[in-house]
Amino acid sequence: MTTLVINGRHRQLDIEPETPLLWVLRDELGLTGTKFGCGIGSCGACTVEIDGVATRSCVMPIQALEGKTVRTIEAEPDRIVAALQAAWLQHQVPQCGYCQSGMIMAAAGLLRGQPRPSDADIAAAITNICRCGTYQRIRAAIHGAAATLQGAVA
Amino acid sequence: MKRRGFLIAGGLTGGGLLLGVGLSTPPSPRSRLGDKQVFAPADGQLALNGWVKITPAGRVIVATPRAEMGQGVHSALAMLVAEELDADWSMVSTEQAPIASIYANAALLLNVAPFESDDDGLLARVARGSLQRLGYTLGLQVTGGSSSIRDAWEPMRLAGASARAMLVEAAARRWQVQAGECVVQQGVVSHPPSDRRAGFGELAEATAVIDPRSDVVFKHPKQYQLIGQPQPRLDLPAKVNGQAQFGIDVRPEGLLYAAIRHAPAFGGSINNLDSTKAKQGHGVVDAFVLPNGRAAVVVADRYWRARRVLDALPLDFEPGPHGQLDSAQIGQQLRAALEGGASGTGFRSQGDAAGQLGQARRKLQAVYEVPFLAHAAMEPINCTAQFKDGRLTLWCGTQVASLARWRAAQVAGLDGDKVDLHVPLLGGGFGRRLELDMVEEAVAIALRLPGKPIQLLWSREEDMQHDMYRPAAMASFEAALDEAGRPLAWLNRVAAPSVGLATMERLLPSMAMDAPDKNQIEGAFDLPYAVPHLSVRQLRVATPVPVGSWRSVGHSYNAFFTESFVDELAHAAGQDPFEYRRGLLAAKPRHRAVLELAAAKAGWGQALPAGRARGIALHESFGSICAQVVEVALEGNGKPRVHRVVCALDCGIVVNPDTVRAQMEGAIVYGLSAALFGEITIKQGAVEQGNFPSYELLRLAQMPVVETHLMPSTAAPGGVGEPGTPPIAPALANALFALTQQRLRSLPLRLKA
Repeated sequence: MTTLVINGRHRQLDIEPETPLLWVLRDELGLTGTKFGCGIGSCGACTVEIDGVATRSCVMPIQALEGKTVRTIEAEPDRIVAALQAAWLQHQVPQCGYCQSGMIMAAAGLLRGQPRPSDADIAAAITNICRCGTYQRIRAAIHGAAATLQGAVA
Repeated sequence: MKRRGFLIAGGLTGGGLLLGVGLSTPPSPRSRLGDKQVFAPADGQLALNGWVKITPAGRVIVATPRAEMGQGVHSALAMLVAEELDADWSMVSTEQAPIASIYANAALLLNVAPFESDDDGLLARVARGSLQRLGYTLGLQVTGGSSSIRDAWEPMRLAGASARAMLVEAAARRWQVQAGECVVQQGVVSHPPSDRRAGFGELAEATAVIDPRSDVVFKHPKQYQLIGQPQPRLDLPAKVNGQAQFGIDVRPEGLLYAAIRHAPAFGGSINNLDSTKAKQGHGVVDAFVLPNGRAAVVVADRYWRARRVLDALPLDFEPGPHGQLDSAQIGQQLRAALEGGASGTGFRSQGDAAGQLGQARRKLQAVYEVPFLAHAAMEPINCTAQFKDGRLTLWCGTQVASLARWRAAQVAGLDGDKVDLHVPLLGGGFGRRLELDMVEEAVAIALRLPGKPIQLLWSREEDMQHDMYRPAAMASFEAALDEAGRPLAWLNRVAAPSVGLATMERLLPSMAMDAPDKNQIEGAFDLPYAVPHLSVRQLRVATPVPVGSWRSVGHSYNAFFTESFVDELAHAAGQDPFEYRRGLLAAKPRHRAVLELAAAKAGWGQALPAGRARGIALHESFGSICAQVVEVALEGNGKPRVHRVVCALDCGIVVNPDTVRAQMEGAIVYGLSAALFGEITIKQGAVEQGNFPSYELLRLAQMPVVETHLMPSTAAPGGVGEPGTPPIAPALANALFALTQQRLRSLPLRLKA
């Protein structure tokens, strides 16, 4: 039994302890916004935030998450995610859209630690794959969201 | 004449059928308007024709018969209707069209017509008309070949204009005024003389007694409100909050999950499977070898459980007839085809290339090659199927809806009308989802376990190792230059497996024939440059490695071959590569203008920072012309680093310019991944690569700045999904030559230390 918080709800999960978080989200809880892409933590389609840190959920066994807080793309957006989603639409980022949940979660993790990231910071933090090639717009949207958030603070 | 006739008949489509249809004209937009029953209205909705429904609240619902795989097609198709309807874009939504004849893609097979795009001769026109009729007659409800807008341009604008006329008529009858005095704007019909107005929602019901009409006049492009202006895509809000539903996300009641492992070698099989052991696994429902013997399947109540049990299951693979095949053998096969005596099939011949080469003083020759490539869409292959009460229900992100339903019915032994197909969003297509393998497998699994819906989901490794690959290909060139350095003679021979034949064998086997394949030679035979003596020949090489359509198909390698070799000629002539090309395009004004636009915007000829160089390439595909200028430098580790790509495109009239730009950006990334990293290799009859570390794709850190410039045009629309991919590899290779003097003639591009 693993006890954790997912999108603000306490969950007690009685499931094989080595089950990756990705499959708990998708198949136990019906949270299909988090995607399966590679299964080895390489592509980042499965990225969620665990205690505010962007994490590849396909290689994260549920037993390692006792007492942790998980946020997925379906969570009620906080100010950072809301700013990212708005910027994503403003820059018309997604194409097929499959990788975009993971991209937004990775970007949220970045902005929590670095409110005004440089291009180099973005390149270092966003290692997810987008086969449609939306990287240029992702970069612009992260800068845009960061600017919005800074403006809101000032 | 005879040769061309043979090539058309033999193209992708199969001669017999083309003769059966006869030389013909394209289906008229009017014949595709459809009646109100085709696009069945739900409660309260009113259908105005086969493409448009309106709700009492004034929402406009547009039928989209094409698959949304990222190219923005649902929004672009809806824009065609909304423009002529004068709808309020914020009130427009889309809905998957059913499978019906009016939705067939008449433009798809234009891609197999072996003519230069500006060939407007009688033969070319008749062939194009016949191929449009053929695609339509076959009911090809298919998304591919960058054809969706080309197909829908007239019928979907007509659907909008027709619906508009019906709403105006309803208003005029209600107000007892002249229809000609009514005005439509933003979803509202008004009659200015009497100052009356009514929204589409208020008028919809009154259209029930009005027949669909086609006696309408299209707007002049100058009147367009939506077309040509960037519109926000309708599918994007759901793609930033996790609500977008892809094939992998469908969750019908009682869903089971199937994991699959194919025999690694092409043509291999699985001898046995310990189903008793497998069924001891937690949650496992069944474990078996598919009826075709090619794959082991475990079905469980959760995907992870199925997958883990399958991964632990000892499987006894039979390598089959190709168990010793490797990449070196295939390379030798291609080289032998080029060097052997076979003359192949001539796709274009003018003057006497061989004779001129025999007596030429300045000659160049070169051999180019490319490897197999995987599609590697982010959403791994999947298909969900349920066989219940004599009906089959499928949920499949497919590019070939009508063929998927037909094949599913065939596998299940059912009539087509006993199969319901749902097409969710596609997590990338790129040609991989033109295939039916996932449908055949999911139906076989559903038939074995009737009642429950079962979601078949491949692992990334299965997706990588059991693709239908962009073929490995090789080309030889010989050219002679005249006194001024211009090409006098050009002899190009291209050896490759035939994607056309392989595709037909899988999708429409009754029509498959080993005939000349335009797809294999496209982008080579239609070389745009003026060369007096020219010969382009095709050599088809058979391989057990399955090959298929990979974003831009034959153009993906022929552009690299021809645009690199033209660059070699420019340097041999001691001329600037841009000016050299430009000088050979006097008879191709559209090409020349695109080339000039790219060069001007890139600052061609202007100084660059030390250690940076430019390369240029120009290529036409799918009815559009694209030129790209790359700026490249070397990183500390000696690897190429692309800093900037300037892209110019003439795709005729532009529907949604922001989507077109996005497609250029994406197509460039797709082509850069191939140019820098992409290589699928074969060993012991199987693919060696398994996941992203061994098949690397471009990531954000390597993303160049991409600037796209669209040529203003009122010409008929060209394709947009693919034309951005072909030029990038040669533009980069040409830039690397300018930087290092190394001419790289194979992909991926690897500089010598």
